[in-house]
Amino acid sequence: MRLHEYQAKKILGRYGIPVPPGDVASSVDEVYRIADRIGQRVVLKAQVLTGGRGQAGGIRLADDADAARRLAGQMFGMQVAGYPVEKVLVDQAIDVEQETYLGIQLDRASAQPLLVASAEGGLEIAEVAHDTPERVSSVPIEPLLGLRSYQVRALADEIGLPRERHNDFVPVALGLYRAFNDMDATLVEANPLVIRCDGTFCCLNSRIVIDDHALYRHPDLIDLRDESQDTLPERVARRHGITYVRLGGHVGCLSNGAGLAMATIDLLRAHGVRPANFVDVGKGATLEKVARGIELARNNSTQVIVVHVFCSLTSCDTIARGILRGCESLTPGFALVVCLQGPRQEEGQAMLQQASQEDRYPPICLSSCLDELVDQVQALMRQAQAEGVGE
Amino acid sequence: MSILVNGNTRLLVYGVETQEGAIYTERMLASGTAVVAAVAAGRGGGWIENVPVFETVQEAIRATDANTALICVQPQGAAEAILEAADAGIGLIVCATSRVPVHDMVQIRAYLQYRDVRLIGPGSPGLFTPEQCVVGAIAPHILRPGSVGILSRSGSLAYKVIWLLTEAGIGQSTVVGIGDGLIVGTGFAELLAMFEDDPATQQVVLLGEIGGQEEEQSAEVIRDRMSKPVVAYVVGHTAPPGRQMGHPGAIVEGYAGLAQVKVDALARAGARVARTLGEIPALLEMR
Repeated sequence: MRLHEYQAKKILGRYGIPVPPGDVASSVDEVYRIADRIGQRVVLKAQVLTGGRGQAGGIRLADDADAARRLAGQMFGMQVAGYPVEKVLVDQAIDVEQETYLGIQLDRASAQPLLVASAEGGLEIAEVAHDTPERVSSVPIEPLLGLRSYQVRALADEIGLPRERHNDFVPVALGLYRAFNDMDATLVEANPLVIRCDGTFCCLNSRIVIDDHALYRHPDLIDLRDESQDTLPERVARRHGITYVRLGGHVGCLSNGAGLAMATIDLLRAHGVRPANFVDVGKGATLEKVARGIELARNNSTQVIVVHVFCSLTSCDTIARGILRGCESLTPGFALVVCLQGPRQEEGQAMLQQASQEDRYPPICLSSCLDELVDQVQALMRQAQAEGVGE
Repeated sequence: MSILVNGNTRLLVYGVETQEGAIYTERMLASGTAVVAAVAAGRGGGWIENVPVFETVQEAIRATDANTALICVQPQGAAEAILEAADAGIGLIVCATSRVPVHDMVQIRAYLQYRDVRLIGPGSPGLFTPEQCVVGAIAPHILRPGSVGILSRSGSLAYKVIWLLTEAGIGQSTVVGIGDGLIVGTGFAELLAMFEDDPATQQVVLLGEIGGQEEEQSAEVIRDRMSKPVVAYVVGHTAPPGRQMGHPGAIVEGYAGLAQVKVDALARAGARVARTLGEIPALLEMR
């Protein structure tokens, strides 16, 4: 779960990391009140859970509260890469001597957190590391010992931070690490972490990502989830423990396992068929979950839904019942291609075969192998196109 | 021979009272695996499916000489169960539980460095040596004994590939599901080296996916250490960046974890890369 900037900023403040004075607003009037209280130049920042808001007009400077009100009027209701702007952060504008990057990442290969720093602040650190690896330094953190001051000092030296700034730099890094641990985060970034003209540090922006699987021990953080940043299918999917990812093509794809689901969308793509979505109902899926999955796969006006299932825990007749249950709630105008294997596959396949004859179910093609599956999908797509032209 | 599990495996099930644990236990017993003990706090002294239940792992080992543990507790309890099994002296721990908090895994990996124990998982779909030992959930009839080792990050993909091989008359030596997490106990690289040293294994199928460095690290082992052929298949080419594709660990972040980068590394190292699932059996038969 990624936090909004204003949420991250509040949290870092609690860990003793200097952040600009300011507050978040949900309306133009609130923006005015906050800007008026600050009483000097402010920066307005659209709160969206995606990058690239600067180019999209999601970050604006305002000289006074009236200007802030005017600019906020343009900001509320706009979208950045499809994400709606429903909140705007109003921060005091900060003078900047130097911008740096400081973050705690999780290194998957070594199973250790890394303290990462760069004298290049304000940019996407992955880009900096890719383009100019020599400008990014990091130090691994032994999890049983935690981050130590000497490690921070060595890193500060490596990125060329002036010696007289080291003493202030250490508590910022230690604070980030404490926040990272306390919140079960997989990423905590202060970016840019700036040095102001008076030599003090200030964190102007922060990205925090929390491990979804640890949220059960952070009831306070669960409340920070902003569902307005998710699409309706994503919200439905989360409620039912299903993974749904929109892909933008024409064929819905459902599988019972992430690997098989990815193999299916790759297979279709390799044969020139663009998948509309990725729906993974997971192992041990119940009838209800499969039915919901079918409904999700029908999103994005798909004319064909591919179901590629290999069972080990669930039996195939349960999957077949779930598929049919899902179809019952959907408006007609689509066809299914199903490759269903595992325990009781004959029963499951027979149920689908029989249902396919009934008017209340869509046409269902059964595939016994992947080549056949691709052929059937391509044939159905051609048919759908021809019918579309006929209309 | 085989790797990790065989006819001498004496299995302990931690979490037998969960829905998954009960199904696994029933399946494993039906397939002839020696499930010798179960551990369920508060239920020690009872029996489940003719398996004695103990309060602690230590007690179970004393009474039954269990040497391998399958963990299928709730995610909240997985770290405790793994650490308890490790401290009690279990040599091989297979954690089937998925969605274990990643900070728990960071601590566990750090701690297990000081213990003589191997961890597979979390989120492992299982560990199977056909006709000898099944740890986890698989319908045993889809396995066929033979000489192909299989490594996979995904359960569904592993099952499908096992089935494709079995249908093509190609048997398996051992199948290892390494788990779906951001951080797992044992990676592909170490297991490839074990397959290289296993006389029963003649070739290996590696089933990778987007995210992390498993495949890149494997490529180094394939290049430097493997004499046996490796067929590799990597899924997630169509995945949009920054999206978790079902598995906690299946995510492309920035430039890290791209499917094509992994495929290129594996191909350069000498692996035969399958472009689709269906190609895998044919690439093996070339031998």
